[in-house]
Amino acid sequence: MEPFTRVTAAGVPLDLPNVDTDRVIPARFLRKDRSVPEYSSFLFHDVRFGADGAERPEFILNQAPYRGARIVVAAENFGCGSSREAAVWALAAYGMRSVIAPSLGDIFHQNCFKNGLLPVILPADVVAQLRRQLHDRPGATLTVDLESQTVTAPDGALHRFEVDAFGKEMLLTGRDEIGLTLGFEARIREFEARHSKEMSWAVPPRAST
Amino acid sequence: MPRSLFEKIWERHVVARRAGQALLYVDRHLVHDGGFHARADLAKRGLKVRRPQNTFGTPDHYVPTISRDPADAATPEIRRMVEAYPASMKQHGIPHVLLGDERQGIVHIIGPELGITQPGMTLVCGDSHTSTHGALGALAFGIGQSENEHVLATQTLWQAPVRTLRIRIEGARGAGVSAKDVILAIIAKIGAGGGVRHAIEYAGSTIRDMSMDERMTVCNMSIEAGARAGMIAPDDTTYAYMEGRPLAPSGEAWRGALAEWTALPSDAGATFDREVPLAAGDIAPTVTWGTSPQDALPITARVPDPRDIADPGRRESMTRALAYMGLSAGTPLSDITINRVFIGSCTNSRLDDLRAAARVAKGRRAVVPAWIVPGSGLIKRAAEAEGLDRVFVDAGFEWREAGCSMCVGMNGETAGAGERVASTSNRNFEGRQGKGARTHLMSPAMAAAAAVTGRLTDVRALGA
Repeated sequence: MEPFTRVTAAGVPLDLPNVDTDRVIPARFLRKDRSVPEYSSFLFHDVRFGADGAERPEFILNQAPYRGARIVVAAENFGCGSSREAAVWALAAYGMRSVIAPSLGDIFHQNCFKNGLLPVILPADVVAQLRRQLHDRPGATLTVDLESQTVTAPDGALHRFEVDAFGKEMLLTGRDEIGLTLGFEARIREFEARHSKEMSWAVPPRAST
Repeated sequence: MPRSLFEKIWERHVVARRAGQALLYVDRHLVHDGGFHARADLAKRGLKVRRPQNTFGTPDHYVPTISRDPADAATPEIRRMVEAYPASMKQHGIPHVLLGDERQGIVHIIGPELGITQPGMTLVCGDSHTSTHGALGALAFGIGQSENEHVLATQTLWQAPVRTLRIRIEGARGAGVSAKDVILAIIAKIGAGGGVRHAIEYAGSTIRDMSMDERMTVCNMSIEAGARAGMIAPDDTTYAYMEGRPLAPSGEAWRGALAEWTALPSDAGATFDREVPLAAGDIAPTVTWGTSPQDALPITARVPDPRDIADPGRRESMTRALAYMGLSAGTPLSDITINRVFIGSCTNSRLDDLRAAARVAKGRRAVVPAWIVPGSGLIKRAAEAEGLDRVFVDAGFEWREAGCSMCVGMNGETAGAGERVASTSNRNFEGRQGKGARTHLMSPAMAAAAAVTGRLTDVRALGA
């Protein structure tokens, strides 16, 4: 996984609350191999492109100053709905490194950490200010610094955010989570031995068919 | 110290801790045909499934529901998805059912039905509606494919603790008010993000009086309120449901399990981070008008007016939703005509749901295309044993095979652009049931009522 330390890049404001992961990537793309070169075109596909495949000029990522955005500044509950990790894969394929919002869909939030995207939760009024600045100055940049847990707004204001300590460690180091957990094998075995006594009814002795 | 149901299950499954997170042991991992990325990634690493016996697979997202023949898949690409599943299960040594097996069905239907899901367990699946299984008193939640791979490899997951929310619903439901109406009313009240970073426990007399099928409908849509999990304390209804299921404990093991399960309910005096009270008597048959499950109103209401909304973001959101849905503010909801009906999905495709729809359909005639997609082959057979299939077919409904079908349309069974669907599924998002398709969520009885009148209809007017 690509580590996340500090990113300075243009931000794109997405003002609508409750943007669901079906909108981030429609279900018909979930069967696609995520290594295909056109993967980034699946991002927001049905609001980004018309029926003829042409870009919809009103969609903000199709407007010149926002095309190179690497940071999404969203509204409440961005990424709600389906657990599809493809929502994060499509954002990452486009080049997004961080999503800032007042709240995020829970599974989307978890999926971000697994793919080198930093989820940043800030108060709703602060995020609204950031979006306003990005509308007023299209292409303006923000800096997201994970080590110091700060976002530097286009106007220079510094906003501190809280982040899960475990997620922070994994993102900063880019460490492989399965690799980490395999190091807990002895603890897992110990747990299983205890669990098979305490909750014996829950531990299938063999394949369950 | 008094503990909640959630805390009891959580604490019992902590293997280790690190930097504020817990390494949680996973008792059951359900997998499906949509989870192929995780299994491919596991194979690429050269890792094996650590506990195949704790894992179970069923094909549901990609399978056709017109027949059990992969050749009937909507496109060659989807057919390849259907045909890849058996090999993937075999490659990883995962116990599973196949298309054509009567036990096949939607993963969240067959888990409880086969007795795989049990009280007190941790259960995960790469699907957000895994919250369904919480109806049995399990801690169950949806995960992404990276987490799927992690569970396949280690039988554990790193999890940050979540807060607890108790929603207490008291009183008897009125005529025509189903479990679906209850959960839609809850989501409308707390919002689509109201449960974010929370595990919900549903409690109160209304919940206690519900059947297991109804409880599963409620827990299923917890994710639609943003919650990590939804759960209901096990009780006699739960134990009666569990007893005799193929993979439930039996004999001595059953007695041991029962002793454990009866200790699971939240202790008197257990505290929750939030509490929300609701009165069942305030809930009417409900439908959604917009593109978020929180956009729900009683069928007797009118389409809301964005001009009444002060917050600019919410106003814009409502304006956009009405434009997508092709609706004008002020229109009575019961004047909205529909093009088709979908009765199915992990929310509402159990026997209770089919019975409720059949009571409305009986002796009437569908005036738009209306599909019934049972949640599993076993449900289909049970419904046929009661003659429900005849009721539906005689009323002009289409009686289909088990799968996710038009809830998510991944198998190519979608509604057309601009088509308005009365649906018992869980999401009315833009494009959810097909590009440009318009979804109104409702109960099975309400969907059947819409099928026979051709418009959103108060099922109480049909005497159901």
